[in-house]
Formats: sequence, structure tokens, C-alpha cells
Amino acid sequence: METLDLRVRIGALELQNPVLTASGTFGYAKEFEPFLNLNRLGGIIVKGISLEPRAGNPPPRIVETACGMLNAIGLENVGIERFISEKMPYLRTLTAPLIVNILGDSLDDYRELARRLDEVPGISGIEVNISCPNVKKGGVAFGAVPEMAAAVTAVVRGATRLPLIVKLSPNVTDITVMAKAVEAAGADAVSLINTLIGMAINAETRKPRLANIIGGLSGPAVKPIALRMVWQTAQAVQIPVIGIGGISTADDAVEFFLAGATAVQVGTANFYDPSAAEKIVAGLEEYLQRHNEERISTLIGALDTGGK
Amino acid sequence: MPQSQQQSRILANDPLTAEVFRLTVYSPEIAVAAAPGQFVMVQVSSSLDPLLRRPFSIHSRGADGSISLLFKVVGRGTALLAKARPGDKIDLLGPFGRGFDLSAAEKPVCLIGGGMGIAPLLFLAQELPGRKHALLGARNRDELAPLAKFFADIGCAVQLATDDGSLGHHGFIPDLLDEVLPDVSQVCTCGPSPMMRGVARKCRAAEVSCQVSLETHMACGMGACLGCAVPGRDGSYVHVCKEGPVFNSEELPWEL
Ligand SMILES: Cc1cc2nc3c(=O)[nH]c(=O)nc-3n(C[C@H](O)[C@H](O)[C@H](O)COP(=O)(O)OP(=O)(O)OC[C@H]3O[C@@H](n4cnc5c(N)ncnc54)[C@H](O)[C@@H]3O)c2cc1C
Ligand SMILES: Cc1cc2nc3c(=O)[nH]c(=O)nc-3n(C[C@H](O)[C@H](O)[C@H](O)COP(=O)(O)O)c2cc1C
Ligand code: FES
Repeated sequence: METLDLRVRIGALELQNPVLTASGTFGYAKEFEPFLNLNRLGGIIVKGISLEPRAGNPPPRIVETACGMLNAIGLENVGIERFISEKMPYLRTLTAPLIVNILGDSLDDYRELARRLDEVPGISGIEVNISCPNVKKGGVAFGAVPEMAAAVTAVVRGATRLPLIVKLSPNVTDITVMAKAVEAAGADAVSLINTLIGMAINAETRKPRLANIIGGLSGPAVKPIALRMVWQTAQAVQIPVIGIGGISTADDAVEFFLAGATAVQVGTANFYDPSAAEKIVAGLEEYLQRHNEERISTLIGALDTGGK
Repeated sequence: MPQSQQQSRILANDPLTAEVFRLTVYSPEIAVAAAPGQFVMVQVSSSLDPLLRRPFSIHSRGADGSISLLFKVVGRGTALLAKARPGDKIDLLGPFGRGFDLSAAEKPVCLIGGGMGIAPLLFLAQELPGRKHALLGARNRDELAPLAKFFADIGCAVQLATDDGSLGHHGFIPDLLDEVLPDVSQVCTCGPSPMMRGVARKCRAAEVSCQVSLETHMACGMGACLGCAVPGRDGSYVHVCKEGPVFNSEELPWEL
């Protein structure tokens, strides 16, 4: 067998393989060093960063649900200054490309974050989390309105030359409308899905299980929804689609490629199996060999719908 | 303290009562790295439901590369764990967290445990040189007697309390503390929150340092999910899996 080719391209960024780690589920990477070879990964996406540090929500912040979990972390993070001074020195020692996830309350926040990160060596791309409330527009999420999603994309695009991934919220009526809006505004790729808003209640105490009452659902429970949204989005846009949602095995990842994803992100699985992402890379090689394929790229969008 | 993921062989899973089990596994890498007060994340099912690992304190360490966990069946995950049999493999991650600070350990130490909070204190007692005193409490004799024996066997002076009076003092452990406090320089406690607060209050009054071990829901155990936050002193949050699970009681915003 020829050497296998797992490389994929996200805009100007070439990845050695299509397996990335999802923001908020992989810390700042160092936490996982004992459990896997970080440099085997296609890329690392770190916890979402805002301009100022955020303390996050009161506890309880997480609750397990059937085949998944709800979280209401509240975007706790160290803020951009400490991220650059405390986290970047370690992250720069890794050869796997680093993608920084950003979040803000306003267009100015996003612009400033992108501008700052553009000057920092060792960053290969920016992923923009638009599932956050726009404080100046009454708290409606940027990702819920196509014009606002496009506006965020445009300000970030104007502030950096780094490859730009816009991370879409599934909590919308039609995710393809959002994808098309950010594509037109200059995104190099879209990633989806962020968590689905859900809720859990303790019947005995009659209280919500999360202090925040509602939270984001993730894990294997969301995979069918994520897969469907990736499939629809891949047909609606020309730019690469990065699939996220419940991926814990190489087979899960293959399903996303067949649906049209160019790369995938591993999220909640990192919690219950911290070496999951590396196992998926190995599993994809094994899959290609078993199917007599040389290149992962031949799988992208290769879903056989029988002509439908 | 390197952490690792280990497929660990189960050596024993002994029922101490109908609900409390002592699980012993061969996990040499985790055993050698472990310090008292640290915990492991245990995969309770190979399926996707229940999904998350469960945190358990390291209860004791054997000389042979084994560690024991002490657990009570309280839900689905622990019910599955109770079914584990010798010879089965179980996936463990760890050791995680900041354990008890033993730097003042030459002086007499008092260990105070309530219910399953007794679990980490045995490992601590094993590692502590010198004189140590254990105040242990549980619901009733059935639950407390086997645990008390573990401490007596390694030479601890043991005092007991039960909720129903079936063994030792009838009532709460903090009641027993007044007598002991003048003789100790350090208290280490783990158990229900009201008990730990009661202990911390008495320690503060007596100017004795008090270390407390906290529990919260955890998704990862390694500082990645930020799900294990509890309020810290200055309005910010501390993460139980990383900054804890053991805290000095003065680091917590407890009204004492
Ligand atoms: C650092 C630490 C050390 C612990 N050490 C021990 C020990 O030595 N012995 C012991 O018996 N128990 C210990 N616990 C508590 C133990 O983790 C829970 O009893 C266990 O997770 C319950 O799982 P379940 O599936 O049976 O319960 P369920 O209620 O079905 O669990 C549902 C979810 O809630 C979580 N959960 C439920 N109760 C607790 C709890 N009290 N603390 C944290 N998470 C909880 C579970 O992990 C799971 O994610 C410890 C907890 C922590 C945080
Ligand atoms: C605890 C937790 C924290 C998360 N934090 C972020 C974040 O900071 N920024 C972001 O864009 N997505 C965040 N996410 C969403 C994930 O990156 C991912 O989109 C989602 O969990 C779905 O994938 P999964 O099912 O594989 O986990 C978080 C998810 C979880 C579970
Ligand atoms: S349990 Fe995940 S950060 Fe503490």
C-alpha cells in the first residue's frame, strides 16, 4: 500500500490530518499531554478567549444526560492578556497547528481580539464563536441573525490575515442561511455544531439541575443532528465545512466526511477518553487501508444517496 | 506527578455492606504517582451511557502496585461498578488534583471523616508518620465498623460516632472534636459539607489549621472542562479537580 494521505486544506491552512480538538473540551492542550501525542493531531483549538477574563457561571455547571451532557460554564476564560503570556509559550512548543477560538460581547471586542492575535507568533488560525449574546443588540446571539453573523465575520476578516473559521450555532431555524451569510462576509470555513440549548430537571427536588437553568447539550446524543446540519451546509456553501458533534470514534468521523465535512473536531469525547482524538487519527488510517483508499479527501461528500 | 490512563485489572471488589464496596485494582503507574487526597476518574461503562467517568478518592495504596477505592452505590455508575468482578479490566485515569499538604506532618494530625468521606483518609493515615488520631462517623454500625477497623489496624487512635448511636458517640463528629483539638496542630477532613463546616469553625476558634476535601460534579477531572467550579474567596471560582479537591478551609468563602 502507498503511504496514506490524510492531509486536508482549510483555506490557506494545510492540516496533516483532519482531526482537531473542539474548543472548551481540550483546555489549553497541556492538560492532555500525559494522555496522547499532541503532535499527532491535525490541529488544536483552545478554550474560547475574550478580551477580559471571565469568571463564568455559578455551580452546578454540568450535568450528565442520556448519552451526553449539558454545560453552562459561562465562557470562563483567562482573557487574552494571560492567554498570550501564560498559555502561548507552551502552545508554541507544539508542532500541531494552533487555532484560537474567540468570543465577544460586541463587534469591537471581536475586532480587537483578532487584531491582537494577528500579531502573536505561533497561531495558525482563528475560530470565531458567534453563539454569544450581542450586548448592544439586546442580547440576541450574533449567530442567530444572518446580518449580525456576517458583520462579526467581516470585522474579524478586516483585522487579520489568519485563516478564519466561523463556528455556527445550531439553535437557528436554518443553519444554511447563516453559513451562506458568513461565507459571503469572508469566512474561509465554517465549523458546526456548537452545543444545542437544553435543560434538565430534578423531579424529586423540582429544581433545575444547572444553576443557569439552561445549558448546551453535547456528546453522542447530538451526533445525528450535527450530521444532518453538516450535510445540508456542505451543499449550501463552497468553503470547507468542519463537522463537530458527538464524534468519539473514527467511524463517527468518517460519517461526517461522507456528509461533506473536510475536517472534524472531537469535543466531549476528550473528557471520557482523553486519547480519543489520537485514536481517531489511527482509526482513519486503518479505515482507508481497509477500503483500499489512499486519500482521506476522496471521502469528503462521498455519501451514496442512491441518486436522491 | 505524572498522570496516566491505565487499563487496570480488578483484584477484588469486596462488599463491606450491602451498599459499600472496596474495589482493589492493579494500577502500578497510578499507584506510584499517587499522593493522599488525590483521586482517579473511573470509566464505569464501556458503552456511551452513562457517558462520563466517575471521580473517586484513592482509599489506600498497596505495596504491590495496587490501589483501592471505597465507594457507595448511589446511582447508575456506582451500581455498575458494584458489579465489577476480579479479573475484569477497568479504565482509570489519574492521579488528579491537589492532595493533603503533609509538610506539617511531624506534629500530631487529626483525621475527621464522615460517610464515604472516610475514603481518602485511610491513604493519608498510611502515609503519615507519627501519632495520628481519627474521628470517624457514619449512619450506623454496619457502615462504620469495617472502616474503623482499617484505621485501627494501622495504629490510629480511633473515635467513632453514628447517627443512630449503634456504635460510638450518638450524634455528630464535630461534638468529639473539642476534646482532641488541644493536642493537634493539623486537622484533615472529608465528608458532608455541614460536617466539614462544623469542623472548620472549631478549628478556626482553636487556631488549628484545617484542610477540607470537596466534591463537585466533574466531567474531566483534569482541568479542561471548567465544570467543577465552586466559589472561592474573592468572588472568583476555584476548580475542585485542579486547585483541590483539598483546600485549606481559609481558602473557601465559608461563613464560619
Ligand atoms: C474528588 C472526588 C472524590 C470522590 N471520592 C469518592 C469516594 O472515595 N467514594 C465514594 O463513594 N464517592 C466519592 N465521590 C463521589 C462519587 O464521585 C459519586 O458518588 C459518583 O460519581 C456517583 O455516580 P453515580 O453514577 O452512581 O450517581 P448518579 O447520581 O447517577 O450520577 C450522575 C452524575 O452525577 C455525578 N455525581 C453524582 N453524585 C456526585 C457526587 N457526590 N460528587 C461528584 N459527582 C457526583 C456523577 O459523577 C455523574 O456524572 C467523590 C467525588 C469527587 C468529586
Ligand atoms: C464543557 C464545554 C465547554 C465548551 N466551551 C466552548 C467554547 O468556549 N467555545 C466554543 O466555541 N465552543 C465550546 N464548546 C462547544 C464544543 O466545542 C462543541 O462544539 C460541542 O460540544 C459539540 O461537540 P461534541 O458533541 O463533540 O462535544 C464547549 C463544549 C463543552 C462540552
Ligand atoms: S472536572 Fe473538568 S475542569 Fe475540573
